[in-house]
Formats: sequence, structure tokens, C-alpha cells
Amino acid sequence: MKIATLSLALAGLVAVGSFSAMALAQVRSEPAAAAANALNTVKEGDADGAFVQNGKFAEPTGAAMYKRVCAGCHMPNGEGAKGAGFYPALTKNEKLAAGAYPAFVILKGMNGMPPIGRSMTDQQIADVVNYVRTSFGNKYRDKVTAADVAAMH
Amino acid sequence: MTDTPVLPMSKRELLGLIGKTAGASAMYMAMTSMGQAQTSPFKGPIKLEGDVKGASVLILGAGVAGLVAALELSRAGYKVQVLEYNGRVGGRSWTLRGGDSFTELGGITQRCDFAPGNYINPGPWRIPYNHYGIMHYCMELGVALEPFMQLNYNAYVHSTKAFGGVPQRYRHIQADLYGGLSELLAKAVNKNALADSVTNEDAELLMQALRGWGALDKDYRYVKGQGSSSRRGWTKGPGGGLSAEPIPSDPIAFTDVLRSGLWRSVGVSLSNDHQTNIFQPVGGMDMVARGFEKEVGKYVRLNSKVVAIRQGEKGVTVDYEDTKTGEKLKASADWCLCTIPLSILSQIEMTVGDEMAAAIRAVPYEASVKVGIEFKRRFWEQDEQIYGGISYTDLPISQISYPSTRFGDKGPGVLLGAYSFGTFAYEYTTLPPAERVARTVEWGSQIHKQYKSDYRNGISVGWHRVPWTQGCFGNWSDEARAEHYKNLCAIDGRILLAGEHASFIPAWQEGGITSSLDAIGRLHQRVLAS
Repeated sequence: MKIATLSLALAGLVAVGSFSAMALAQVRSEPAAAAANALNTVKEGDADGAFVQNGKFAEPTGAAMYKRVCAGCHMPNGEGAKGAGFYPALTKNEKLAAGAYPAFVILKGMNGMPPIGRSMTDQQIADVVNYVRTSFGNKYRDKVTAADVAAMH
Repeated sequence: MTDTPVLPMSKRELLGLIGKTAGASAMYMAMTSMGQAQTSPFKGPIKLEGDVKGASVLILGAGVAGLVAALELSRAGYKVQVLEYNGRVGGRSWTLRGGDSFTELGGITQRCDFAPGNYINPGPWRIPYNHYGIMHYCMELGVALEPFMQLNYNAYVHSTKAFGGVPQRYRHIQADLYGGLSELLAKAVNKNALADSVTNEDAELLMQALRGWGALDKDYRYVKGQGSSSRRGWTKGPGGGLSAEPIPSDPIAFTDVLRSGLWRSVGVSLSNDHQTNIFQPVGGMDMVARGFEKEVGKYVRLNSKVVAIRQGEKGVTVDYEDTKTGEKLKASADWCLCTIPLSILSQIEMTVGDEMAAAIRAVPYEASVKVGIEFKRRFWEQDEQIYGGISYTDLPISQISYPSTRFGDKGPGVLLGAYSFGTFAYEYTTLPPAERVARTVEWGSQIHKQYKSDYRNGISVGWHRVPWTQGCFGNWSDEARAEHYKNLCAIDGRILLAGEHASFIPAWQEGGITSSLDAIGRLHQRVLAS
């Protein structure tokens, strides 16, 4: 029955062909985004990991992750922003006192903030948390580890 | 069963390839059940009949959800007032033209330098025929529509990892995918491999269908010739006169089509929200808002930032600030219809019950970026015979959409040079606007080499930097929807919500309009009963 299996699988392929990254992008859940973009890669991203692969962040350091991802909302120097609503500033932010808090927010989201950590590894989440907690005037010495993040899933 | 190879690639390779897509397929099914592929519930113009006893409604937000409520409630006799943060109505139903400027969060202001007549729609840009609510209001308000070129067989599908990075015409990939699949299935039928799922009678019909669908020859093969070229196009097309004889083109090997991954982009337009007919307003999407504005603009107070929403037994009071003067003001009404995006509303002080409060906090807002680029000429038309439609790519720009109007215009033309979601959109958003444009030109030049020589100017909108939405649309998870959606839509005392976030058609204007009609219908029943 190998050929039959294969043919039916191909019929499935036709169905798969009927949607695209774009159709999915209109409305989708996070895992859908990751699955749809599994092959959606570019040959060369930026040297610091940006634009390497859609669906997964490839930034290798906390500093790079902050600059190329988080700064879109929290701004390049952690200053936050204000419009009809606001993006919280991360400068001298007391909510960063416990490293678990930012790690949890990155992983699970908060209000309108997406659970962006789903597109990061636990190590990447730990790295960016440690970066933020020692930047922008924050001086928290204790580190969050990938294992700490793993326990939050 | 025999192990005769039916493909110039091993079964293991093929099944591996299919396996990679299985997750996506499962998710698509889940998505469809969420309501994405359903048609609009709009059942014709709403009728709010009966004595409203002088009731008043304060509407927050003058996007399409707020505007449709203002129109229908005022018609029914309600006293309405609308507060809007921006200096214009329309919300995300928005158009950028030459002379416009846009200041994003972080403070950078971009000026749009497009030539007269050129524009981009940073938000919604398409109106499918089956979005009956917005279609109804376009017709009623005299908003002229024209076809949006969703599907262009001569546009490109492109992968940096396939065909040496050379863009392929959509018609080639589509015809060769359908042809290859049909030939393969025909072989399986002939080998009796589908005997346990297809009766002999059906097998004959299936063979006919496969021949027609895949453009197979009399022997059920997809080969170079009349059949395949009638789908994918000819090397030299048929004409008139002595040199008229057509020369067929060579189909791409099926294994190459499969391995390219380009079949991913084939069939976007099969989705019910993208099927023809699909439209755009003549002149820009904000024509919809302008249509409403003529009717209800008099009720709207612009430049009004809501800071608190409080309700009591008898009514609702909203604190707001004039964003120009800083003046602190109050507005009151018997009822409040709030259409403020949840990304913003979750940060505004509000007296509602725990259930609605939790629902307001449950919806993350998706990242998205659009970049409009103006070129000296319409090289895509003049050099490449692409008239409207969309090219798809795995580059961070994701798509290039060519203008659906003014074909053959000799002046500068604007195309949508990037429309990205996902992690690429987050990364795009962090770039300063000028760099977004520069990178878009760089990436786009891999598909159209004319980008660099013909570039004039560009403008970009990263939706997480938009001060009044902080994101593109409410991206419900299935779990959050199951737990919170009904609580979000229910009337809480004297407050109720509407907008695309309160719909099963997220990101589409139809979601905002149908949610608003549903909300005011329930509000009206409450008022009549009180």
C-alpha cells in the first residue's frame, strides 16, 4: 500500500498548497506561524542574527535581541513610549527586581504584548532578561538561567 | 504493491517534505474552525425600531466600528457623541498620500513624498465581495469601488533557496504543481492503488477530473505541449500571420517544484477572504471613513485621548484630554460603546467587572509592517507585463503588491514593497523608518533589478509603533477565545465593546462592522426593555 499512502499524502499536499504564509498571517495562532514559516528562510540574515528566519529569532546575544526585537516597542534605550497608551520604560524599572518577572512576561505576554518568547529559545529569553536587568541604569547582578525559563513553560 | 518509483525523488524524501507541512495543515484546519474562512454574518441593514426615550450613547473611537455605530444609532434617535484620539476619522482604515506625515512612537516623523494620485493603505487594503457589511456601507455611502488585483498569474513567486534565487512566474509553478500532482494520482489510479478508497466508477470520473485539472495529455501525462502550455504559457505564443505557430514551453520537473517550496504561495487566492471579486475603494481605503464622515462627522470630537472610563447606576462618564491643548475634559452618556483597541484599552482605567477586565487583557496584538515605495516609472508593467497582483517571497519583505489602478500611467508609480508578519515584522519595526525603506529596496532588488535605478522615495508603518493601536490586530489564541470572547462581547452594566477584536474576522474591517452592529442591536434591546 505504499503508493496508495503516498498518493493520499499528495492529495493532502494540494490542500496545503491552498494557503500561504500570507493567508495564515491574516489570522493565525502562534504555532501556525512557526509551522507555516518552517521553510520560510532567507540565505543571509544580518550578522547579529536579525532577518535570518521568519518564525524564529536567531539573535545570539541578549544585546542583539534587545536591539533587533524588543526595541521596536520599548525603544532603543529602554525609554518606552507614550501615545494613546504606552510602552513601559525599562530604565530603572522596579518590576525588573525579580528576574522571573520579565522572563515570564516575555514567555507568556502581558495585555497587548505578544508572548514573543515563543519564538525564542529559553537561553535567548534568559540572555535578553539578563541584558535588560544590567542595562538602562538597571544593576541587578543575579542571573536568570535557561533552566529557570524552562520551568515556566 | 509495487515499489516502482513514481517520482524522480525517493519516497522518503517526498514524505519528509510532506511531513514538514503537516503541522501547518493541522493548524490551518484549526484556523478554519475558528471562523477565518466563514462568510460574514451580515444579514442586511440593521433596523433599530422603537422609542429610544432620548437615550444617549458615547462612542469611543472613530474607526469603522465606531462610525457605523454612530450612523445607525443616530438614525434610530439616540443622542451620540464620538471621541477620537487622532486628528482624523477612520482609525486603521487609513491612507498615506503625498503631503501626509506620520509620527510613530519614538518620535520619528516621516513625510510622504508620493506624486499626486499615488498612495498606500497602511492598514486594510482589500474588501472581499463576501464581507457583506462593509460592502453594504460602501454602496450606501457612495464609496466607489474598483477591482483589487489579488491574483496575477504573471507575478512572481520567489525563494532565495530555490531556482538559484531567480523569481518564477506564478503561472509556471501553479500549472506545473497541478500537472505533476494530477499525473501522479492518475498513475496511482491506474495501478489500482486507490482501490480501497475509490470505486471503479468513481475512478473513471477521477481520471477525467485529473486530466482536466492538471492539463494532462491523452495518456494522462503532464508533458511539454499544447495542454501544459495552455496553462503555463508558451515559449512563443500563438499569433497571426506567417510566423504564427506557437512554440510550447518546458514544464519544470515536479520534484523541483516540490523542493522549491514555492507551492506555498500558490493558492493564497483560494481562501474565501481573497477570492474574486475583491475590491478596493477608488483613491484609497480612507474613502470608506470619508463616506461615513459625511454622515456622522458632526458627532465626532477629534484629538481626544481617553484616560478613564467610569460607570455608575445611571450612566457612564469618560475623562479625556485634548491632545492639542492638554485640556482635561469629561463626557457623559447613558451608555458607552467602546471600540478602542484592547492593546490600548487594557492600559486605561475602567470600571467594569472582573470578567470583562480579564478579557480585555487577554489578547496580544500582532506585529506587521508595510512599506510603500515610489519609483520613477511602472517598470513592473513596462518591462515585466505585471499589471496589479502580488508577488510572494521568503525575503523579509514577504510580498510585493503592484497597484491595481491607472495601468499604463507614464508617471511615477507606487507599489507596496513589503507586507510582513511574524518575527521578520518585529525586526523590521526596530529599524529607523529610513532604514526600513532602504532595506526594502535592497531586498526588492533581488526580484526586480530596476528597484535601485528607478527608486524615488518611500514610507513605512510598523504597526507596533503606531501610537493609537500598538500593534496590527488582536491575535486571539484558541484558549483565550474559549475563555474570554463571550465576556468581551457581553454588556457590562452600561458599557459594551466592539471592533475587529470583538469578532471572528480579526484584522478585517468586516469584523469591526459586524461586531458593532451586533453590539448596538443588543444595546437597543436593553434600552427598549428599560
